[in-house]
Amino acid sequence: MSVAAGLAAGAVRRYRAGRRFRTSPAIVVSGSVIVAATVVAVAGPLLAPYNPDLPQLSQYFFGPSPEHLLGFDASGRDVMSRLLYGARTSMLGPLAVTLMCMTLGSLLAVTAAWRGGALDAVISSGLDILFAFPGILLAVLAAAVFGAGLVAPVLALSVAYTPYVARVLRGAALRERAQLYVAALEVQGASGVAICLRHLIPNLLHLIVAQATTLFGYAMVDLAAISFLGLGVQPPNADWGVMVSENQQGIIQGFPLPALAAGICIVVVVVAFNILGERLYERGEARQ
Amino acid sequence: MNAEIGGALLELDGVTVRLPVEGSMRAVLQEVSFVIRPGEAIGLVGESGSGKSMTARAIDRLLPPGAAVNGRIRFGGRDVMTLAGADLKRFRSEVAMIFQDPRAHINPVRRIGDYMTEALRTNAGVPVSEASSRAVALLKSVGIDDGERRLRQYPHELSGGLLQRVMIATALLTKPRLLLADEPTTALDVTTQAEVLAILDDLRTDLHLAMLFITHNLEVAAAICDRTVVMYAGQIVEVRSSSRLHTDPLHPYTAALAAARPNIEATTPRLLAIPGRPLSAFEAPAGECAFAPRCPHALDVCRQARPALIALDGGLSRCVRAEELRGRLEVALHG
Amino acid sequence: MAESVLEVNALRKEFGPLTAVDDVSFSLPEGGSLAIVGESGSGKTTVAKMIVGLERPTAGTIRACGQDRSTPARSLRDRRRRGREVQIVFQDPYTSLDPRQTVEATIDEVLRLHHGWPAERRHQRVRELTELVGLDARQVRALPRSLSGGQRQRVAIARALAAEPRVLILDESVAALDVSIQAQVLNLLADIHDQTQVSYLCISHDLAVVRQLTQETVVMWRGKIVERGPTAQVLDDPRDDYTRRLRASVPHPGWKPPHRAQLAGA
Repeated sequence: MSVAAGLAAGAVRRYRAGRRFRTSPAIVVSGSVIVAATVVAVAGPLLAPYNPDLPQLSQYFFGPSPEHLLGFDASGRDVMSRLLYGARTSMLGPLAVTLMCMTLGSLLAVTAAWRGGALDAVISSGLDILFAFPGILLAVLAAAVFGAGLVAPVLALSVAYTPYVARVLRGAALRERAQLYVAALEVQGASGVAICLRHLIPNLLHLIVAQATTLFGYAMVDLAAISFLGLGVQPPNADWGVMVSENQQGIIQGFPLPALAAGICIVVVVVAFNILGERLYERGEARQ
Repeated sequence: MNAEIGGALLELDGVTVRLPVEGSMRAVLQEVSFVIRPGEAIGLVGESGSGKSMTARAIDRLLPPGAAVNGRIRFGGRDVMTLAGADLKRFRSEVAMIFQDPRAHINPVRRIGDYMTEALRTNAGVPVSEASSRAVALLKSVGIDDGERRLRQYPHELSGGLLQRVMIATALLTKPRLLLADEPTTALDVTTQAEVLAILDDLRTDLHLAMLFITHNLEVAAAICDRTVVMYAGQIVEVRSSSRLHTDPLHPYTAALAAARPNIEATTPRLLAIPGRPLSAFEAPAGECAFAPRCPHALDVCRQARPALIALDGGLSRCVRAEELRGRLEVALHG
Repeated sequence: MAESVLEVNALRKEFGPLTAVDDVSFSLPEGGSLAIVGESGSGKTTVAKMIVGLERPTAGTIRACGQDRSTPARSLRDRRRRGREVQIVFQDPYTSLDPRQTVEATIDEVLRLHHGWPAERRHQRVRELTELVGLDARQVRALPRSLSGGQRQRVAIARALAAEPRVLILDESVAALDVSIQAQVLNLLADIHDQTQVSYLCISHDLAVVRQLTQETVVMWRGKIVERGPTAQVLDDPRDDYTRRLRASVPHPGWKPPHRAQLAGA
């Protein structure tokens, strides 16, 4: 799915939803899902009942039982344990992408908005060029050049997502820069860096957090897709995207559970991040 | 007031409006009653929260959703609240509205001609050529001579003053009997304001048009209105003929408002500021005069009950001490 | 004759083909008060922006406290020094304060910028300044969103005064306020002028406000100064055609708008 279309649709919905809320059920539910996923990512190995890498070949695609709640996968490994172990890499990749593209994007956006003129033009057209490259394509290229694994796709996606972050934040930063309190601080003689760090960015923070939350979801989908293609996290490492890929023949053979379980984990976490991101944005706007 | 009702074009009788704010209903207008006769200009003056704009919205049925309205609004003898279908359509064409910021009400990507003639073409089925020639004639009456050229222009090509005149001409196209003007000159330069006020003043005489002119500026209201209604905290506190508003006010708030404005004619060392800030209807203390906390003339009697409007010298005042303070309010300005 | 604290000479500003400010010169004596009067498009706000360094003049010079400020400041030190010479209070009280900063923090930030004072002394000064502009202890700890327009404008005045400037520019500073609040702020500004020896440059379209606040007036029209003199004289006996028209357009008790016949050619 295209990140641009997703962000645009989100923006339209945000515009229409002018409702006020405090702790809506949507926030509670999506927040709980994210907290749970994070706990599993951190403590997964402690929670897993079995060794996720131990194959019991005779048990492949063996259905659920009281001891093995989700059964066995194509190589006869315990699906539940692999899901719990896999949470870490599945969450770590998007986290790295989000941190990197948010930092880079905010920096570029604020610099462009603050300095304006030629620098803004250079940054904006640079970002426009980057827009032309789909994240997945860039990630596949990076994996092809630098080798498969988590690092190359993460770096590629960080770069590919930066324009989306920077474009939204630049617009917001321009609006904020036009506020009179910024002019008042300039007249006082405060430095540009101080004004940006102490006033501009804190006032954009609600937007930055909301964007980061939404992008985390998109990064998770894209990284899972790359793993599925075999260019991301490499088997036999446990990863939700890898699990969908490894067990795809099970779907045809009538054993969909291993692939489906991993797919559902991805979808639930991604949806939770999207909902939370959207609500955080609305809350920030309502407060302004 | 009963004697006036027969000749009234618009009549508000005990209009109270409550709006939902964070779960509870809050009053923004309380017991607002006044009449406008055909051809009469009434000024509605007040500060933030006084309810002056809300009054116009209530009349034109433009209140926000969820608003609860009590009391009665009658136009030409018919209850405005219950109008529907063709009657509502006719009411809208007979009551035109102009606003503070014409740019916010005119679609920037459509030509002036489209904007002006839309209501005529779509609602009244008037052919384009006839609608255009009527538009040109009305533009002339608001001091725009090259109407044909203006109709082909876009809003951004016109200055704020010109655009406001376009909005006035457009409002007049449906031949209304009442013009609701909500701060129509506030965003304009002083010289442009004077021009627009002169145009409104002339038009209403020529067309025998009734007008409700809403403004925060006592002097502007007095300049072009027959009578002025002063509002505070969602209530009417004074109704006075405009010519006597400054020389013989009946309510301490009116006098204080006039005194608070710097004087252009003479240098004064210090202004007689009103302490505190203007209150909204729901913030005002209940069971006493809403202005009492800021009033220099307030006594215990003012804090015992909410005063009623009393008739005095052809005007109305919501002050229990109105009669006693008569003639001393104006003295206080210069004293 | 008092020494002038602000001197503007042959100031000019072009935006593309448009000349917004054309050959504007005036000087403001120490402790004095000068108004620049004009309508939209007169260039008065552009003059103010050039003086505080938010716009760069195309030509001409600006000197404050004997120091040239026609070109951008070279160093941060220089910018801060300029901040202690001229300060400004803007028109719109709603965007002139950071929504995330309390009143206290807003003023303290300026004090830290200009004076190397310990926290105790800054705290004391915040109290003095907020008392001067009439804010109570609860309002001092409040965020802008819980303050009214008039209260926010008081904060903006206190913030400007925190730099201890020699010149305070009032750019339509009371125009957005309710009449009763406007009177309070005008009285406050008069008191501050008496107490602090700060000089006022008042940018306004409102002649009555100008009369209340200033001794001298220059009238600008389409980028040029068309009339200047003592405020009372300019308002009571205007010489220039435009000034006359402006003066005649100001509503006051008993005023009627000039009729259409008189507007022909306007």
